[in-house]
Parts: sequence; structure tokens; C-alpha cells
Amino acid sequence: MRIVVCIKQVPATNDAVIDPETKRIVREGVQAILNPFDTYAIEEAVRLRARLGGGVEVLAISMGPPRAEAVLREAVALGADRGILLSHRAFGGSDTWATSYVLSQAIRTIGNVDLVICGKQAVDGDTAQVGPGIAAHLNWPQAALVSAVREVSTQHLVVVRMHEDGHDVCELSLPAVLTVVKGINVPRVPSLKGVLAARKSEIPVWTPEMIGADPAKIGLDGSPTRVVRTAPPPPRNKESLRFTGTAEVCAGGLLRELRKRSLL
Amino acid sequence: MRLAKLEERENFRNIWVMAEWSSGRIQPVTLELVGAARPLADARRSEVWTVVLGTGIADRQLNELIACGSDIVLVVDDPAFTNFVDETEARVLCALIEKHRPESVLCGATTRGRALIPRVAVQTNTGLTADCTQLAIDPENGNLLQTRPAFGGNLMATIYCANFRPQMATVRPRVMSARPPDASRRGRVIRGTLPTVSAAACKRVLEVFHSSEPGVNLADARFIVAGGRGVKGKEGFNLLRRFATMVGGAVGASRATVDAGWIPYAHQVGQTGQTVQSQVYLACGISGQIQHLVGMQSCDCIIAIDKNPDTSMMKLADITVVGDLFEVLPELIRQVSIT
Ligand SMILES: Cc1cc2nc3c(=O)[nH]c(=O)nc-3n(C[C@H](O)[C@H](O)[C@H](O)COP(=O)(O)OP(=O)(O)OC[C@H]3O[C@@H](n4cnc5c(N)ncnc54)[C@H](O)[C@@H]3O)c2cc1C
Ligand SMILES: Nc1ncnc2c1ncn2[C@@H]1O[C@H](COP(=O)(O)O)[C@@H](O)[C@H]1O
Repeated sequence: MRIVVCIKQVPATNDAVIDPETKRIVREGVQAILNPFDTYAIEEAVRLRARLGGGVEVLAISMGPPRAEAVLREAVALGADRGILLSHRAFGGSDTWATSYVLSQAIRTIGNVDLVICGKQAVDGDTAQVGPGIAAHLNWPQAALVSAVREVSTQHLVVVRMHEDGHDVCELSLPAVLTVVKGINVPRVPSLKGVLAARKSEIPVWTPEMIGADPAKIGLDGSPTRVVRTAPPPPRNKESLRFTGTAEVCAGGLLRELRKRSLL
Repeated sequence: MRLAKLEERENFRNIWVMAEWSSGRIQPVTLELVGAARPLADARRSEVWTVVLGTGIADRQLNELIACGSDIVLVVDDPAFTNFVDETEARVLCALIEKHRPESVLCGATTRGRALIPRVAVQTNTGLTADCTQLAIDPENGNLLQTRPAFGGNLMATIYCANFRPQMATVRPRVMSARPPDASRRGRVIRGTLPTVSAAACKRVLEVFHSSEPGVNLADARFIVAGGRGVKGKEGFNLLRRFATMVGGAVGASRATVDAGWIPYAHQVGQTGQTVQSQVYLACGISGQIQHLVGMQSCDCIIAIDKNPDTSMMKLADITVVGDLFEVLPELIRQVSIT
């Protein structure tokens, strides 16, 4: 049995720079980190491997430029058995449809995969679409926003899904795809052994050909959506109102203001 | 579906709204989506269709969809929809899309919508834009211009889906406005267009819990009272909860307080929590680190209470109170309760 964790390298800050020509995010010269939600995905995979006993392999995969190899090494340091980088010029410009297609093709190629774990969303694009997209490409069941795995066997899972006003518990047959939220676990810090393993680990680079990807379904040309324009967000009102003094005066002033603006 | 020629666009008509049916009723976000779809359909000289997948759906709610702007309400009322099974809903929705060929499909950017629609978009082989806050029709070519915040609201991106149909988007709740109901509006309810709905065998919902804790639903709240490390502990959050209950609001929290165990994760706002867009965001003792701001900086009116007048939150806020939250909040509670 194999568990695949999909991880993404994202810019460390949210000060996004977009190339005005290509409309693509400029990734050069910006410090890059492992997408925060994906650390929970890695940790959960490692915990499930322990819960299932022997015979389970945890693989981390990422689609991105060559330097995304760093997050795969980080995954190995955090307990993944190995990592695979999907990197090729033809993958560039993929939207969530194409990205989830590429990842699903890699999962098919790896073979013997029963569970795929993604983070809830990537903090650069904030779409949360890739996890369910992979499930759709593979035609597997999915559970999004999982906050706990109650039961696990090689055949099934019982998971808790978060909703706006509570949660539900559902049973899924494997193979399946999960997206996980922060509350699911507390990720470990890499062990010395992990760090050494990460340093030594071979990270193979896979190309579209190696995963049997249809060239018409990847990259910019394979992406149904296209960014046509980017702009800074509308500026906030610069005039701000400040209350100081006794609590009574501040509270009174604030309430008056809220009522004036029909906010209360 | 990928269009071989641009003229094939003509084969796709009408703007669809996917209703949010949960907890036994059609949720308010649906009326916001209908409100957003109406001018788009008018610009395209076409109709607004609202698709409702649920069970035991009240006629009153269906009529309300028409009064608020729908032309057609397509209902599949089936016990298979009692609980949220993504696979079943996706299968039915894909079949309806293939049969009726809408030009665009809008769905709430809710936990359910954001799980369901990406599945549908892949299965119908079309593009999907997440969490839109603005929608318009390009007057030149009739395409749907979908604008959304990216990078935690630091950038607005406008996205097109020119060569595929339908154009799909999830729409952030509380951003679009519902239209006032007009009882004289005419429309049609079409029922049970699918003969049988078989529940997906791969998934079973075993239990559903609605939080009994008040103020947990951040997505639906107009007013959020949020606390940071300045709240000092669980006790402090009780104070926030009291005020939130008085103003009919929800309680938000910074990551620091969630990690300290003062309040459950469901309340966390920010990069690794939720993104909210309420009318009022009252930040109490939150310094405003970038990871918190990206989750709330699009709220309409931001108010901050802090002892320190120079924090990032105090700089961002529209209204600030320089003071001790343990003095200001009780005073707010007192003054609201006597007026
Ligand atoms: C990968 C990553 C993801 C993250 N994701 C998130 C996220 O999703 N959400 C999030 O919030 N953070 C997130 N953070 C953490 C973030 O960087 C900050 O650490 C956190 O937001 C700080 O919380 P705070 O404002 O409550 O605490 P502090 O920064 O300690 O601020 C407390 C404030 O309270 C004020 N105060 C104290 N006592 C009083 C009083 N009696 N009356 C009035 N004011 C008082 C202080 O002046 C201060 O301004 C993330 C960090 C990382 C690295
Ligand atoms: N390029 C990528 N490579 C690997 N995994 C990805 C990639 N993009 C997204 N993911 C996974 O999908 C999740 C959701 O990403 P997104 O849909 O982009 O918000 C992330 O947390 C990752 O688990």
C-alpha cells in the first residue's frame, strides 16, 4: 500500500509580484517555503503509516520548477520515504485543472496508491481545487477539510469533515483523496535521522512523457482558465477614526459610530 | 467541454446557480448568487436557472428563488441528498450540465461548494475560478470576467475561460447582494429531471454535528468579534462571546490563541485558518501579523481595540480604540444592554 502526499512550494510572503507580460507569478528571487497546510498532510500520512503497521510507503510529490526539490527533501526529513519532482517546461502555466491532471497521472504511474493526501489549499493561489480535482481525474471518492481520521484500514477510512456550522463523520472506501486542515495534528520537527535521510535521498525528476500526460492537457495550453488582468486590491479608506480616554467614553463613541453607519 | 470553434459558444445558454442546500433548507448564500446572476443573464439576454439538490424542499423556498430573480428552478428532491455526499451530487450535476448546457455555473464558495464544484469542473472538462468577489460580462465577447483575490487579498486577478464551457466560478459568501423579493415575478419550477438517483457506494455519512457553541459560523456572520493573545485566556473569550451574542455575531481568533488552546480551531482566521469578509471585524488584542491580516483584510469595516496604538492592526483599522480590552468590552456590553 502507498500513501501519496501532494505538496507545493509557495512564496514565503504574500507580497505577490506578477509578470505584466506573461501574467504569471514571478517566482524568481522570492524566498520559497513548503505550503503551510501541506505540513499537516505530510504528518498525517506518516501517522497513518504507523497506524497501519508495516508495508506502507509514504511518497511526496510536487509539480514545480527544479528548486521545488527543496520541499520534497523537507518532506523526507519530516518522515516521507521518498519524493518525486514533476518538472518540465511543458508543465508551466498549468491552472488547477491541468495541475490536478498532472498529479493524477503521476499517481497512476506510481501505482499501488490507496490514499492521496493534500493540504486544504495552497496559500499563494488559495483555490482549494487541486485535491478534489485529483479525485475527479482518478474517479475516486474524496473528503475535503478533514480534521481527524477516526479509523483506518487498507480498505476504508472514517474521517471527520469540517463545515461552517459544525462537522460530519463519514466513511470512505479506498482508494480515496483527502484534503486536510490545520487542526488534524501537530507536525513534528525533523529528527536528526530525517535530516540525514533528506540529504541523501534521490529525488527523481519526472517529465510529461514519463507519466503519459496528454500534451494537450498540460501547461498553459491545457488550462481552461487564463489570468487576463491583475490589479492591486481597492484601497481601503485612509481616514481612520481613533477613540482614546476612559472606557466609557470610548465605548460610547464606538457605539454611536456603529449605529451611524448602520452596522449595529 | 472544450470548444473546437468559438461559434460553438452559442450552444451554451443561461446562467446557473447551484443552490446551497444544507441543514434541511436552502441557505441564504443562494439568494446572493441569484442576485449576482440576474444582471449577468440580462446582459446575455438569457435566463437564470437555480439548481436545487436536496430533500423535503419547501415550496415556499422555491418560490422565493423565483421572487428574487430566478427564471427556472430545477429541483431534484431525493433522500440521496440528505447528507453531503460529494460524489452523488457531482454525478447528478454533471448529468444536468451535459443535458442543458449552461453558459456559466455559479456556486457558493462554502465548504460544500468548494469541495463539490472542482469535481464537477474536472468531470465536465471545463475551467473553474475559486472564491470570486466580482463577476461581469465582457461587452466585447460575452465572456464571464471573474475577479478574485489571490495571495491573501494582496492582489486581484481577473480570469477568463474563453475556450471551454460552461464557465464556472465559486463566489464568496456575503459579497454579492440578494435582490428584494418581488412576488409578482414569474418563473417555473421543474422537478425530478433525473429518474433515479443512486447514492454513491464509496461514501456514507455516519453522523452530522451542528455546533451547539454559539458564534462558530464565521462565513455567515455579518459581525465578527475576534480575539488575540491580548484576550489572555479562555475567560477572556467568554467576554468576547457575550458581546458577539448581543450583536448577533460570531467569534474569531488569532492563531496564537488557538495554539494556546483557548478556543477551537474552527474559529481561527488567517492564512492557516479561514478567510472572512464580514461587514464588521472587531479585533480585540490582535497585533495584526501578515498571516492574520490576509484572512480578514477584505472586511468592510475593521475596528481594533488595543493598548498599543502602533500595531499593524491599528494601522489597518477604520476605527481604533486605544485602551484595555478588559475595560472597553465590559463597557460596550453594559451600554448595549441599556439601550
Ligand atoms: C505558516 C504560518 C501560518 C500562520 N497562520 C496564521 C493564521 O491563520 N492566523 C493567525 O492569526 N496567525 C497565523 N500565524 C501567526 C501570526 O504570525 C502571529 O503569530 C499571530 O497572528 C499573532 O497573534 P496575536 O495577534 O493574537 O498575538 P500578539 O502578536 O501577541 O498580539 C497581541 C496583541 O494584544 C495586545 N494586548 C495585550 N493585552 C491587551 C489588553 N489588555 N487590551 C488590549 N490589547 C491588549 C497587544 O498590544 C498586542 O497587539 C501564522 C504563522 C505562520 C508562520
Ligand atoms: N503544483 C503542485 N504540486 C503538488 N501538489 C499541489 C500542487 N498544487 C497544489 N497541490 C496540492 O493541492 C492542495 C491545494 O492547492 P490549491 O488547489 O492550489 O489551493 C495543496 O495543499 C497541495 O496539497
